[in-house]
Amino acid sequence: MNKPFAITLDVGSSLANLTGSWRTSKPVYVDRIPPCNMTCPAGEDIQGWLYHAESGDYRAAWEHLMRENPLPAIMGRACYHTCESACNRGQLDTAVSIHAVERFLGDLAIKEGWLITDKAPPTGKKVLVIGAGPSGLSASYHLARLGHAVTLCDAGPLPGGMMRFGIPKYRLPREVLDAEIGRIVALGVELKLNTKIDDIPKAMKDGGYDACFAAVGAHLAKRVDIPAPDAARILDAVSVLRHMETGEEPPMLGRRVIVYGGGNTAMDVARTAKRLGAEAMVVYRRTREQMPAHDFEVREAEEEGVVMHWLRTVKQVDEASFTVEKMTIGADGWPQPTGEFETIEADTLVLALGQEVDTTVLSKIDGVKVTRDGTIQVDQGMMTGYPGLFAGGDMVPSDRTVTVAVGHGKKAARNIDSWLKGASFAPTPRHGLATFERLNPWYYTDAPKTVQPTLDILRRRTSFEEIHSGLDETNALFEARRCLSCGNCFECDNCFGVCPDNAVIKLGPGKRFDFNYDFCKGCGICAAECPCGAIDMVPEEK
Amino acid sequence: MPNETVQPIKFYQTGTLTVGNRLLDPEKRTVQASGERTNAITSGHRACQGCGEALGARYALDAAMRATGNRVVAVNATGCLEVFTTPYPETAWQLPWLHSLFGNAAAVASGVAAAMRAKGRPEVRVIAQGGDGGTTDIGFGCLSGMFERNDDVLYICYDNEAYMNTGVQRSSATPPAARTATTPAVGDKPGNVFGTGKNLPLIAMAHGIPYVATASVADLRDLEAKVQKAMTIRGARYIHVFVPCPLGWGSASQDTIKLARLAIESGLFPVFEAEYGEVVRSRAIRRKVPVEDYLKPQRRFAHLFKAGKPDVDRIARLQAVADANIKRFNLLRPDGDA
Amino acid sequence: MLKQIEGSQAMAEAIGLCRPEVICAYPITPQTHIVEGLGAMVKDGRLKGCEYLNVESEFAALSVAIGSSAAGARTYTATASQGLLFMLEAVYNASGLGLPIVMTLGNRAIGAPINIWNDHSDAMAARDAGWIMLFAESNQEAVDLHIQAFRLAEELSVPVMVCVDGFILTHAVERLDIPSQEQVDAFLPPFEPVQVLDPADPISIGAMVGPEAFTEVRYLAHHKQMTALDRIPELAADFAAAFGREAGGLLKSYRLDDAETVVLAMGSVMGTIKDVIDDMRADGARIGGVSLCSFRPFPIGPVREALQNAKRVVVVEKDLAVGLGGVVAANVRMAMRVFDVPVCTVIAGLGGRSIPKTSLRRTFEAAARNELEGLHFLDLNWDVVNRELERAGEKRRSGPVAENILKDLGLIMHKVM
Repeated sequence: MNKPFAITLDVGSSLANLTGSWRTSKPVYVDRIPPCNMTCPAGEDIQGWLYHAESGDYRAAWEHLMRENPLPAIMGRACYHTCESACNRGQLDTAVSIHAVERFLGDLAIKEGWLITDKAPPTGKKVLVIGAGPSGLSASYHLARLGHAVTLCDAGPLPGGMMRFGIPKYRLPREVLDAEIGRIVALGVELKLNTKIDDIPKAMKDGGYDACFAAVGAHLAKRVDIPAPDAARILDAVSVLRHMETGEEPPMLGRRVIVYGGGNTAMDVARTAKRLGAEAMVVYRRTREQMPAHDFEVREAEEEGVVMHWLRTVKQVDEASFTVEKMTIGADGWPQPTGEFETIEADTLVLALGQEVDTTVLSKIDGVKVTRDGTIQVDQGMMTGYPGLFAGGDMVPSDRTVTVAVGHGKKAARNIDSWLKGASFAPTPRHGLATFERLNPWYYTDAPKTVQPTLDILRRRTSFEEIHSGLDETNALFEARRCLSCGNCFECDNCFGVCPDNAVIKLGPGKRFDFNYDFCKGCGICAAECPCGAIDMVPEEK
Repeated sequence: MPNETVQPIKFYQTGTLTVGNRLLDPEKRTVQASGERTNAITSGHRACQGCGEALGARYALDAAMRATGNRVVAVNATGCLEVFTTPYPETAWQLPWLHSLFGNAAAVASGVAAAMRAKGRPEVRVIAQGGDGGTTDIGFGCLSGMFERNDDVLYICYDNEAYMNTGVQRSSATPPAARTATTPAVGDKPGNVFGTGKNLPLIAMAHGIPYVATASVADLRDLEAKVQKAMTIRGARYIHVFVPCPLGWGSASQDTIKLARLAIESGLFPVFEAEYGEVVRSRAIRRKVPVEDYLKPQRRFAHLFKAGKPDVDRIARLQAVADANIKRFNLLRPDGDA
Repeated sequence: MLKQIEGSQAMAEAIGLCRPEVICAYPITPQTHIVEGLGAMVKDGRLKGCEYLNVESEFAALSVAIGSSAAGARTYTATASQGLLFMLEAVYNASGLGLPIVMTLGNRAIGAPINIWNDHSDAMAARDAGWIMLFAESNQEAVDLHIQAFRLAEELSVPVMVCVDGFILTHAVERLDIPSQEQVDAFLPPFEPVQVLDPADPISIGAMVGPEAFTEVRYLAHHKQMTALDRIPELAADFAAAFGREAGGLLKSYRLDDAETVVLAMGSVMGTIKDVIDDMRADGARIGGVSLCSFRPFPIGPVREALQNAKRVVVVEKDLAVGLGGVVAANVRMAMRVFDVPVCTVIAGLGGRSIPKTSLRRTFEAAARNELEGLHFLDLNWDVVNRELERAGEKRRSGPVAENILKDLGLIMHKVM
């Protein structure tokens, strides 16, 4: 075509005009740590595994999850999910039900018999793990995956620690527990039960272990002196719950049980007593708001018929009645006695006042230090003062939850691995937090969380059936897709679409995007319209 | 009036509002999400930073290109879009494109359509486009003629509510109270006068043409669906696209889409569809906001929000405009969440 | 084929024979009969493959034409007078974009005062718009010029305006030779545009051009018209060979041998002028004439050549550049600037005023005696003019001029006070 000069132009010739020179600030892609990941005591990459679950690739999601945590089916039930309290979606409608998706993945893995097969080649190093609770299991799993030979010893007859002897069946069915422990054993971990180790340095030396991880937990029940006749039945929560697992007959709790304490264990015992047919009461010296138990535990206990007595202390135990004193909260926030007394009819008192660590084995080892509150002191890499001896879980100062314990196990394993290689473990530096303010929530469709089906109340009061069911696949997928992907690009194409200058390059699935700074004028629409806050505008240098 | 035109995708994690969604079937994704989109206006054009018109025009024409298998001829009125895309020796267009005059785009497009019919190439479709000045004012005669003849042209107006190319003068699409160079923010009634202006979508409907729609750069899926639908119809069609102008409105360049969104969510810009003169659908408000939320980020309305002395009366009159739209187009209803 | 036919209908038939693909119509007297005729031909199927659009204004008419021409369709429209002014922006645009549109201009006066009758004021208003402007002397030539116009326009990618005198030609019924379809098809090949809006080969037409290239664009438009100075006579010769009669060309000389006084004019008035020349020649006067067909491009060389032996030139023109005089004469003087020959302007026929032979003869004779002033208004009624000037001199607000003149002429009653 002999086009008229200047008036008629060849298409697309504007590419010669590099408008990037107009820019005073430029967009850059960033990654931020989402609040769920930030708060997870087990250090899970929650957003990472939800990403796979969103596309229905549950195997990939499970494997991603298993990088950090070997117990998803357990965790999906027993974890108190701080991730969900932190979830930015909570500010939009309701938090993503992360635990429910985790449980779905864990249950699916059990159902499908998925196994972890990728293991590092054998290192030739041997590690002794003492205590088959969540921390010890987690450490064993990670050490095994890192190629070390692991022997896991437990003094008890069954593995699982507090997961078995502390968490009632109605919250954690034992077949789930057994399946996930079995998978760790299948990884090549040697499990020795009924094996109590009294001299760790000797056991290490005799067995040829290069390192040891001790996680024997805290199961000495705290006691309190209450005047009582010899005939009075006073039990402790740990023993009651343990008896549920080991005894041939259920524990003899009598007709009316008073559980003394306000923690989660108190709730567990009260609810167990209720299921055993007793009338269960909780006596706690402060208010409901001040109870350390999680709100949902208290609420569920109440639903099941557990009677709560707030602001009371047990002063006197008799055979068929208890004297309690009314308390009031003083100006300093602590409960004060009022001098007013009441009588409650009951025949059993279960103390649920917390547990302490049995430090006798460790405290005698050279260099191992016991802290003022009776726990074992460890350094940042979870090592005690005795070289090669690491400790974690309820033994060391921290929150005593299954999730924290699992996190300790992982952290210890990675530090042991580095220590064995003569290096020190350096965790990847964390990005800044993906706060809610960085999001553009407009782009997220309204989708309140899926409610997990709950067992009907009559059966909850009388049986040990699991009270919460899992999500079906549709619901789990829906729930996974509620994730906002805070702080990390999830390839929604918004930046690619909204750029008035076509200055965003789409790199293809999984590869995210790039900016074409030849043409980007720096308007900032991409950053403003990025749903998840994964673009920052930074000033151009002169 | 359900939102039928919009693809009914309830798809989390982002639902229907992001440009793309890796979880969607590829054929249900937007044109803009595709790496193979036409980029009808390619890079290197000279639109200001954050130009809503550059964005809206690319959205619309890329959608039209996909809908027609790339058989589109575009006719452009004089204005920003024309100037920033085709300063000799460079053009940003990637489709056959013709610029004639300010006021005749609709007629020129009629001519192209007539030629395609005469040449036996009816599959080549014609889109005329212009700004609000070129559409509601100087081009109105030709536009009305094109409508009345029911010529096979889709006319797209990119409405940024004033003559931006010439330095932000008032047009008949300028909203009340807005400051422009010819309605300055001085005197006791600063900005544009209340009770003036024309509503071109309603005028277009009065011609009884097959299809009239309003759309916004804040709702890509809706815009693309409307263009796509328009391309399935023969005869005169009109789409009025709301495109914020950072320069003329005194808004931050990154707020272009946000302002367009607030215009919808406040009710000031009703998004609807009409067939043969009757409104058949509207896009419900999702998160209703007071008009202040929309007005405040724009310097053209700054005189309404003088420190300590907000112009309560005139803000209320603008709210009344929004409320009237909400009522007229039934914008507040339960299906409001997209 | 010979037909007794109205000029407009004849032109419509000729245009139809050129197989236009898009026709835009907007009514304005006196071109209306042409587009009416074409409309009927499209409607009854005589003219096939043609889109006929009734538009809402002349501005739209030419705008539609711009679109269809750019899309590769042979495009025709017609207008007159106010209509041309209303579309003037598009007139410039069509030529600027190099679109080979053919448009008939039914020459008519421009208001105010509004006037539907013939003169050339409209054409003169568009004289620098970049169109080729051809003036028809007769209806036969009007028919023939349209056929040549399409070929010329499409060869050069430039719009062509065929100017025909309103009423005098458009509404005159006479015997005309309408060529056959075969003849026209043989003369006029199908339209092959140099640029076209085509999705298969996209281009951007109508870019904004700044100071860096605008002069060059304008020069190239000028150059194109200079090229037309060669092509117009060639096409006229081709046409004569194919159709057996003369039509078009840059200009036509009439009895110039030994002529001392040469009268130059455009359009149908040339017929009257030729009669006067014949009468005066019969009485021994050395007078001849030049009929200018191509006003744009203005054939400076051929005009100079035609007039080189004249002792004086009289330009009779139906327009007035208010404040200057004759437009055509000014152009002729440019051609004659190398000679010391007086060029007089006779402003005649404004707003349809008749141009009697007697008046012309009187004027030409005065010219031959070197008594004609440089700017002469034919048959100007000085009584009326002087009375109005007197009134205006007495009282600044002396009322509407046109009404005063009509009152003076006794054509309307004085208002009863």
